[in-house]
Amino acid sequence: MSFWQLLSYAAWGISGLLILWMLADMASVSKQYDEDFLMSSREGADELTDK
Amino acid sequence: MSNSAASAAGSQRISMLKVLNPFHVWALGVGIVLVGEFMGWNFSVAKGGAYGALIACWVIGLLYTCVAMIDSEVTSTVAAAGGQYTQAKHIIGPLMAFNVGLYLVMAYTMLEAADALIVGDLMKSGAEAMGYAGLDTQPFVVLTIAFLAWLNYRGVFMTLTLNFVITLVAFIAILILFIGVDPMNPGAVLKHKELLTDLPYGWIGVIASLQFGMWYFLGIEGTCQAAEETRSAARSIPLGTMGGMMTLLVAATLTWYICTGLMPWQYLGQAYTPLYDAATIVGNPNLQILLFVGTLFAAVASANGCINDASRAWFSLGRDRFMPGWFGAIHPRYRTPYRAIIFLIPIAVSFAFTGLLDQVITFSILSGLLGYTFMSINMVKFRKMWPIGSIKRGYIHPFHPIPAIVLFVLCSAVYFATFLGYGASLLAIMAFYIAASVWFTLRRYQFVKRGDQFTMPWPRPKGY
Repeated sequence: MSFWQLLSYAAWGISGLLILWMLADMASVSKQYDEDFLMSSREGADELTDK
Repeated sequence: MSNSAASAAGSQRISMLKVLNPFHVWALGVGIVLVGEFMGWNFSVAKGGAYGALIACWVIGLLYTCVAMIDSEVTSTVAAAGGQYTQAKHIIGPLMAFNVGLYLVMAYTMLEAADALIVGDLMKSGAEAMGYAGLDTQPFVVLTIAFLAWLNYRGVFMTLTLNFVITLVAFIAILILFIGVDPMNPGAVLKHKELLTDLPYGWIGVIASLQFGMWYFLGIEGTCQAAEETRSAARSIPLGTMGGMMTLLVAATLTWYICTGLMPWQYLGQAYTPLYDAATIVGNPNLQILLFVGTLFAAVASANGCINDASRAWFSLGRDRFMPGWFGAIHPRYRTPYRAIIFLIPIAVSFAFTGLLDQVITFSILSGLLGYTFMSINMVKFRKMWPIGSIKRGYIHPFHPIPAIVLFVLCSAVYFATFLGYGASLLAIMAFYIAASVWFTLRRYQFVKRGDQFTMPWPRPKGY
């Protein structure tokens, strides 16, 4: 197996791990936090509107 | 659980982190665009010749300067993620806001897919140069999208700091190439006298080249998406956006000057990587490596910025219930719109796997163009509804309404240019957005949180 073939497999593997990590983290956050809290953000305020 | 209890009591609100400065805003805007100098802009040479491409560069530069001026004023006043979507929501109404939000998501996701395709192609070229032919590009396309999505998921500060570094390297690569072609001695390396010709297809060719002139600047308006995460939107957005436009005007003009002095227009008009080709012609291996790295970094920076912007636009649509509210969540630790980021991964990968780079890019450009057209209307209405002095503005752009009128006229010219080359795509995209508008009006609008979405503490608009 050549270096480039190995690199291709490594790219697939790392991509899969990264996506799985994000999905697992998303599920874990949903378990730990209340949905209303996660979606409680409001449009940004800046110093223009804070004064 | 304490977090749940706190939220249930309604005592806590989550928000995105305000950690960005003007350099991050610059990195977001220029990062998305700069890949257009490394490839794509040169198709305008095929339509209008070398001089036609220069005219397109400056005319479209004027279009984007108007975009930057308008964006700077409105976004420095409405400091919210969503950028042009939020502008349209406050100034015009829900149907236009939905459309503009959709344009943003489609434009950035398709551009992200195109950038990932470019990274895959560059890997294939690198493998071929090292003696391995036929490398499968798909794993590298997916890795690019997955890694950058992961980075975006983990936080905006690191994401845009990385973008600043790699965008700066790509920009410096153009400057070094410019020095490398000995511009102080015309005729030594650059052969403009021999290579520059009259307009090969006359002025209609120049108009046709406007469509590809968009590549020089497409995406600079993405700076607006950072408004909710900058420490001071009133200062950072105008500084980062205007600084970005100046950088791009310099980079675009240098790119044109270098490439048209080294390649005949017939070749340049169909080259895949014109700046890399220019370095190859100069014959300096170090320059070749630098431009290869610059092209790769520019593509990665563009994809990175596109993920950032598409996710903010999708998140904003979710937050206002223009799309399912589930997408309006913010990660409690990283403070990013994490569900929007994950949701857009398979969509970007699907676009990339079509392999239709030119069609994907055309769809992206047209989505952006539709957004710019509406911006000119938004701006006129914004000044009428809230005249100067009635609300606090972070930045007031000069010469109103000239930029709005110029923007509208130039957008119309680009529509005509697009119709000349991609008439079917133009009609297809119009049909897509009309169908989406019908769906929104009949099926989705009933879920929109109509009262909650206007959070700016502004007085009642004039005339209402």
